[in-house]
Amino acid sequence: MSAAALASAGAAHAQAATCAHCGGEAAPGARFCCTGCAAAFETIQQLGLGNYYRDVVRDTLARPLRPADAPAAALRTDLARFVRDDAQGRHELSLAVDGLQCGACVWLIESVLGRDPRVQAARVNMTTRRLRLAWRGAAGDGAALVEMIERLGYRLVPFDPACLAAAQDRTGRELLKALAVAGFATANAMLPAVAIWIGLFNDMGPATRALLHWVSALIAMPAIVYAGRPFFRSAWGALRVGRTNMDVPISIGVILVTAMSLAQTIAHAEHAYFDSAVALLFFLLVGRVLDHHARAHARAAAEQLIALQQSDVGVLEDDGTVARRAAETVPVDARVLVGPGERIGVDGTVEVGEGLLDTSLVTGESLPVAATVGARVFAGTLNLGAAITVRAAATGGATLLAECVRLMDAAEARRGRFVMFADRVARRYAPVVHTAALATFLWWWAIQGIAVADALLIGAAVLIITCPCALALAVPAVQVIGTGWLFRRGVLVKSPTALERLAESDTVVFDKTGTLTDPALHLVAGEGHDASAMLLAATLAATSRHPLSRALAAAAGPVVPAQGVREVVGAGLELDTPEGTLRLGSAAFVGGDSGAAATPSLFLARPGQPSVRFDFAEALRPDAAATIAALRRLGLDVHLLSGDREGAVSAVAAQLGITAWHAGCSPVDKVARIEALRAAGKRVLMVGDGLNDGPCLAAAHVSMSPSTAAEISQNAADMVFQGASLAPVAATQRMARRMRRLSHENIALSLAYNVVMVPVAMAGYVTPWLAALAMSTSSLLVMANSFRLRRGISEGTSR
Amino acid sequence: MTPILYLIGLSLLLGGGGLALFLWASRSGQYDDMDGAANRILFDDPPGETPPPAQSQPARPYPEKR
Repeated sequence: MSAAALASAGAAHAQAATCAHCGGEAAPGARFCCTGCAAAFETIQQLGLGNYYRDVVRDTLARPLRPADAPAAALRTDLARFVRDDAQGRHELSLAVDGLQCGACVWLIESVLGRDPRVQAARVNMTTRRLRLAWRGAAGDGAALVEMIERLGYRLVPFDPACLAAAQDRTGRELLKALAVAGFATANAMLPAVAIWIGLFNDMGPATRALLHWVSALIAMPAIVYAGRPFFRSAWGALRVGRTNMDVPISIGVILVTAMSLAQTIAHAEHAYFDSAVALLFFLLVGRVLDHHARAHARAAAEQLIALQQSDVGVLEDDGTVARRAAETVPVDARVLVGPGERIGVDGTVEVGEGLLDTSLVTGESLPVAATVGARVFAGTLNLGAAITVRAAATGGATLLAECVRLMDAAEARRGRFVMFADRVARRYAPVVHTAALATFLWWWAIQGIAVADALLIGAAVLIITCPCALALAVPAVQVIGTGWLFRRGVLVKSPTALERLAESDTVVFDKTGTLTDPALHLVAGEGHDASAMLLAATLAATSRHPLSRALAAAAGPVVPAQGVREVVGAGLELDTPEGTLRLGSAAFVGGDSGAAATPSLFLARPGQPSVRFDFAEALRPDAAATIAALRRLGLDVHLLSGDREGAVSAVAAQLGITAWHAGCSPVDKVARIEALRAAGKRVLMVGDGLNDGPCLAAAHVSMSPSTAAEISQNAADMVFQGASLAPVAATQRMARRMRRLSHENIALSLAYNVVMVPVAMAGYVTPWLAALAMSTSSLLVMANSFRLRRGISEGTSR
Repeated sequence: MTPILYLIGLSLLLGGGGLALFLWASRSGQYDDMDGAANRILFDDPPGETPPPAQSQPARPYPEKR
């Protein structure tokens, strides 16, 4: 930023006001930061919903509530595709909502829609950030209703509820039901069990004891069959392919103990373990339910991020009208109109017009390139220049996207199956405990010569004691707390093993463009950038959505947008003043010197004064250097792989002190480098955002991508981080290592408990009440230890 | 002996009632939006049922959030 720009921005900051609508910075003395906010404020007051401003609590991770940040939903997508009609003539639409700040926003959206007579139902789900909207009348009214909410500053994106998250929710619901049944059965099986335990000291008659055992059995057995299904299914799935996991010893333990107790009950014996078996399932299900919900939450949020990026393609019909279609449905040879500031939806060649294309998400090239007639363009590129018409090419195997998908599949297939730490422990643990139980039984029966039933009972006691309740909770308890902590800081953990893999990583490979650098362009200092020129340019730029205008306005700080600015599409902005016409735009538009077209630039022409040139370039994310330093302190090697030109890459590498860098990498080169690192025994964390990083993200040991990344990359990444900061990469790494340490501690705790209790069980001293006590104590101990994670980390990072 | 039978029956009935209630609530989607449910209790009025107040804002039935 230039000195002048800094000065003018500084002056504005000194007395900057807060926008009454969105809470962002406004020009000194102004009530609003832009006209959109003023209009939204007015609308809300007119509807008598002004209480909103008193209640709203701004969420720093959410998009600010500034209207008109992007073209209206009805212009981006064809809403009609998503509208469903029911038998009563109601139309229904499901929309993802972006910009929700807190509960007050839910109230506002529902109230605004509720006041419209056409609306039948409007319900926002705050957890999943989705709006369900039903109305009567014309199906096309939906667009008006959606626009009404978008004018308040929210962004709405329609989606098909059938495609999203339906399958995984079934698992969540099944787990929750199993938990409820197990909880009910545990409480009710415990009642007769406690009575029996007390009866032991109280001369309970054998008939009463048998009755109570039968009551326990009748409650516990159906519950075990129902609530144990998730474990039995997973154990069976593992055994069938010749593996073991944590669910195998759990299932064997529960089934054997239940069968044993049933035999004891039939024989009117003294001890039965029904309450232990079902309590075990209950504890384990608590862990499973929490774990599932934490991850489902993160996955839903990640789906939301991707859904918000999607927009339709404007297909130019033969009669000259533009029809909005989903990108997949655009036929080959269709002519697609790409407006300024719009992303190209299809691969193809430019037919009409001259665009300036930002290909950073596709190739990693940081500077926009000019695309003239006949140039090949790829889906995902952003058009910074004038509107162009693209003729869609075949989406066959030759496109860049198809190549990346093929590379990704290949990379994923080569990446071995990662075995979770808990399962690795279980593989060693299960044979040991099962042998111990069998040996105990044989010892008592064959060598000591006691009755078969009594020997079996002692063997079962060993199984109960060793049934890995604490062991199975050891890792999920830590995962739930850690994932939740990261979620609140904008890191979405999608893969269940991601954090374990992250804790192992010793090398980090960054992509440059959009990952180390800010996805938005920044103003470069230049000649004539004095305060008055900056202010004038910014008041014009503030009225436009063009990326360069936004970069200029951002550099100048908050200003009051000029009134009466005309936007000449593809050229620039014009404003008539008493002194003459002001222009801000391309060189051709303002009639200034064109100069070298290597960098994207804007020109400001004022009557009677020389034109001022504003150049734009990429800039590092504000905390890139600090994050790299933090990662080095954690002992990671830092590499840089970029598809950009050598000059741009070496400059960034020098700035950050990265010695291991490679420029001009194609997706194939990038994957080859990652695999070379892996062959050298490194475990690589890949951080990247572009389409060309997708194969790398799939090939690396573990991967992260920013929420601005291309859809395919976000899908491939194990974790997605939100916000302008790069710090989450280091914070997540630190968290993952703490989690690994605590998981190991927990496992050690539960193994220590086994070492103490197993000899007692083998000696035949364990009774049902002692088993229940020991099991609960060890589980609670492990849970309590996991909570240390939350305490330690908040102290560690609040510096 | 007989009172025990009654009591066991009663406890199962109560517990089973609670279980059934939970399963019903879960099936009817009451656990689908836990964040929303926590906030909705603080909303001013059911949307769309009261006409917008002319000028003055209604008194708040609950203390200010800080």
